Amino acid sequence: MLAAIGAADIETLFADIPARLRNPQLNLPPALSEMETLADLRELAEDNQHAGRSALFLGAGAYNHYTPQIVDALIQRGEFLTAYTPYQPEVSQGTLQAVFEWQSMVCALTGMDVANASHYDGATALAEAVIMGNEHFRGARRKVVLSPTLHPHARGVVHTYTQGLGLSIVGEDLPPDVAPAALADLVDDQTLLLAVAYPNFLGQIDDLQGLADRVHARGALLVVMADPLALGLLTPPAAFGADIVCGEGQSLGLPLSFGGPYLGFFATRKSLVRKMAGRVVGETHDRQGRRGFVLTLATREQHIRRERASSNICTNQGLMALAATIYLSTLGKHGLRQVAELCWHKSHYAANLIGALPGFRVVAPRPFLKEFVVACPRPVAEINDFLLYQRNIIGGYDLGQDYPALKNHMLLCVTETNTRAQIDDLVGALSELS
Amino acid sequence: MLEPLIYDLSRPGRQGVTLPACDVPPTPLPDGLARTTLDLPEVDQLTVVRHFTRLSQLNMGIDTTMYPLGSCTMKYNPRVNETAARLPGLAAAHPLQDPETVQGSLALMFALQEWLADIGGFAGVSLQPAAGAQGELTGVLMMRAYHLDRGDTKRTKMLIPNSAHGTNPATANMAGLEVVEIPSDPRGNVDLEALKTLCDDTVVGLMITNPNTLGLFEEHVEEVVAAVHACGGLVYGDGANMNAIVGKVRPGDLGFDVLHYNLHKTFSTPHGGGGPGSGPVGVSARLTDFLPGPLVARVQDQGETQPPHFSLVTPPKSIGRMKAFWGNFGVLVRAYAYIRANGPDGLRGNSEYAVLNANYLRAKLEDVYKLPYDRVCKHEFVVEGVWADAPGVHALDIAKRLVDYGFHAPTNYFPLIVHEALMIEPTETETRETLDRFVHALRTIAEEAHTQPQLLKDAPHTAPLSRLDEIAAAKQLVLCCRPVALSA
Amino acid sequence: MNVPTDLKYAKSDEWIRVEGEVATIGISDYAQDALSDIVYVDLPQVGASYTAGQPFGSVESVKAQSDVYLPVGGTVTAVNEALGQTPELVNSDPFGAGWLVKIQLTDAAPLAGLMDAAAYTAFCAGRAH
Repeated sequence: MLAAIGAADIETLFADIPARLRNPQLNLPPALSEMETLADLRELAEDNQHAGRSALFLGAGAYNHYTPQIVDALIQRGEFLTAYTPYQPEVSQGTLQAVFEWQSMVCALTGMDVANASHYDGATALAEAVIMGNEHFRGARRKVVLSPTLHPHARGVVHTYTQGLGLSIVGEDLPPDVAPAALADLVDDQTLLLAVAYPNFLGQIDDLQGLADRVHARGALLVVMADPLALGLLTPPAAFGADIVCGEGQSLGLPLSFGGPYLGFFATRKSLVRKMAGRVVGETHDRQGRRGFVLTLATREQHIRRERASSNICTNQGLMALAATIYLSTLGKHGLRQVAELCWHKSHYAANLIGALPGFRVVAPRPFLKEFVVACPRPVAEINDFLLYQRNIIGGYDLGQDYPALKNHMLLCVTETNTRAQIDDLVGALSELS
Repeated sequence: MLEPLIYDLSRPGRQGVTLPACDVPPTPLPDGLARTTLDLPEVDQLTVVRHFTRLSQLNMGIDTTMYPLGSCTMKYNPRVNETAARLPGLAAAHPLQDPETVQGSLALMFALQEWLADIGGFAGVSLQPAAGAQGELTGVLMMRAYHLDRGDTKRTKMLIPNSAHGTNPATANMAGLEVVEIPSDPRGNVDLEALKTLCDDTVVGLMITNPNTLGLFEEHVEEVVAAVHACGGLVYGDGANMNAIVGKVRPGDLGFDVLHYNLHKTFSTPHGGGGPGSGPVGVSARLTDFLPGPLVARVQDQGETQPPHFSLVTPPKSIGRMKAFWGNFGVLVRAYAYIRANGPDGLRGNSEYAVLNANYLRAKLEDVYKLPYDRVCKHEFVVEGVWADAPGVHALDIAKRLVDYGFHAPTNYFPLIVHEALMIEPTETETRETLDRFVHALRTIAEEAHTQPQLLKDAPHTAPLSRLDEIAAAKQLVLCCRPVALSA
Repeated sequence: MNVPTDLKYAKSDEWIRVEGEVATIGISDYAQDALSDIVYVDLPQVGASYTAGQPFGSVESVKAQSDVYLPVGGTVTAVNEALGQTPELVNSDPFGAGWLVKIQLTDAAPLAGLMDAAAYTAFCAGRAH
């Protein structure tokens, strides 16, 4: 091969690299065989506690739901796994049709008209919603209202993404039990959008009725960040007049995987589709008139708009969207609702028992689906240590980290994967701490 | 129609999985909370399996064919990495568990941070960005924050070569910066003189891809970096093309201040038909305080006998977090496995073979395809997919015809500075026999372009569908098969 | 390339037909050809006002998107609603059925700086397509 190139040796091919910097010494560990590589990773994996080894009552944006076995089997098919973004539609119809089905299911869950292929996660989807709002008003409005009960990480990402855009972000310092109506009071004619969570970070299902009217009266947009699994049961945000519905799709069959890869979903009204970021698949036909799918609306994207593009996203979470599509196909209309109802019944069973324990109090003024706040008689970290090391239970999320007012408050999550025996164990363990 | 939509396979009452019965006393749902309709399909499990299996069969992937997509590094994705990412300890750990209980995950991330820093020649690495484009935004926000932190508020311009990927200017725009384009010189380098005249105290920095999108190593890279540094600017490296230089040169040694790695390119993690990717960023010492948080840090070592201990920390001047939790962890596991399996010599060897393979293809094709920049390339090269004596044949036709020969198309119509560009990247994982078959196919196509051009214009002939009508798609905008229209 | 002689042209490829206080604006044959098949036209609301040189909308093909600028100052009195369903009118009849907006002139001074058909033809010839 070198002879064909006319090069004396491989090094000749790197002659354009400054010689004194070429072939640096790398301080990496030496190569391992496949068997040894796997052994090394098994050793690391063994150092973790995890939901396969302990009962898990932790949610807070990442949920332990049951995933049918076919989901992972199918996404490991090489033709899905090892394909690139579907730039050549004739040889990418599998990916393209699956994305089209995903878009359709996101529309079904949210009630919105159009959806995109995905975002990196729910937090970045929310940040892109804010940027889309900014683009929609072309800089004429500068204020963003964020509910304090949006996921703290999602609010953080909004701040990171928009730091060069000169927006003012308000609302986050309101008390965590603020009603949506009080957030609407902050919306004025300088406001791009109001973003709320559904259910919110504290597990509460806020009443969004009438909110959109108040936001729209000021000419602003309403963004609802939703848990799509909850939408298997709850009234879809479009019914409340949402303009953008986005969120974290991990609950649809994706493993916890220590926080990623997850799946941002994004849906909006048809009238706003040209302001939406991300890949979009549309239906068309080939030269013989057969139905097929292509990436469309590319003129919104970075490769065409370059410095005029408002988002730079290209690679997204394609395989995770495929997993969610297979999950939703497998559970279907009734299965998804059944999962959501199991969460409802089990979390209420747990909340009723925990709320009856001396020293513990359930703080849930509004309905909840799978998460609820518990005021505890001791620091949450102390309780969690006891649960893990004495009872092999991974406890809830310490809300004092994000909300000073919620010191010694724990966010507990109960899903269909938690058996009655696990819940009874949790309650029994907590009773020892009363 | 190749395969019905999953919705078309739906029949009332079917379901693909059974769920456990409720084992607790039920709590009634309040009125008005639940939705009245949910338009999801109702399908049995075998139908779901067949549907998605048949869909997969309509795709090309690296597992089925050589996929020489330029700047995308479609190398083999080792299956052992898939097994690793699915180990229960890694796949079933919750991101918000007490760090004490996830020391395995943190140790893995810490090692990967250190390894990537070493490979790139950087002082610090954040694993948080979820893709290359997000790594770019991370880097550009850090550059902006660095200047502002020094009270240097008049820097608003980002210099970007005209050969750059579209994400570079789009990223600068997202960060609220003004883009200034720099021309390329006749050898495909950044035009150094033009760059120097643009370097002043309003420049945030330069975004540069090296090797660039022509597959060429910047011949004056040190002067380019020096010019930007001289005016107080910083240099951003787009690491999309790292597969040419891992173990051969470290961008940090060249003076780059920040660089994103594409784990789904250079480090063999699968692209998944559009992600998930992972785009960690490495930075020089002056930017480490600005890295997105949290990072994994090694806390005090508790003596020789105790294993090291890890925690999550946020740098003092951090630009903030780029996504929820700590990054696309499952992708990090795969990249960790790849680096562990290859070791330093293996990684260097992979770059060498990637460059050898690209130059071999270049040498075998240069007499039939015009090379606008004819010099030793790195891991990829760009040809013009057009001939004066074959009017009407375009790069797109060649790309589509390659499918008939059993190859995925190269990247086409990019970079923009090459007329009818075809950008070819074979990677190190293709055998010589495959490369020879690819050469044969492209040479045959060049012949066909002159003798039977219609064959190209009607291609592909063997794909599941013929060419698709993108204009109709953009006009009718059917983006969803179930118009629910609640939001109308 | 068709360049009607009764119109004025801007360097950004819009044409303008002035009839008293009212003017009609569209994009030239050269521009529609360069964009190729137009799939979407974004037009302003009736009543919107622009100063000369401001973008008032955009024209999109599959591969490109181009803003369109008002060559003079004016207030939009009508937009070509037909383009919502049939944007290809801009391709097939750029100077007729493919018009974009009608305006009430508020600042006609920039008219003097626009090109006539001969000058615009020469301007187009001087550009690499």
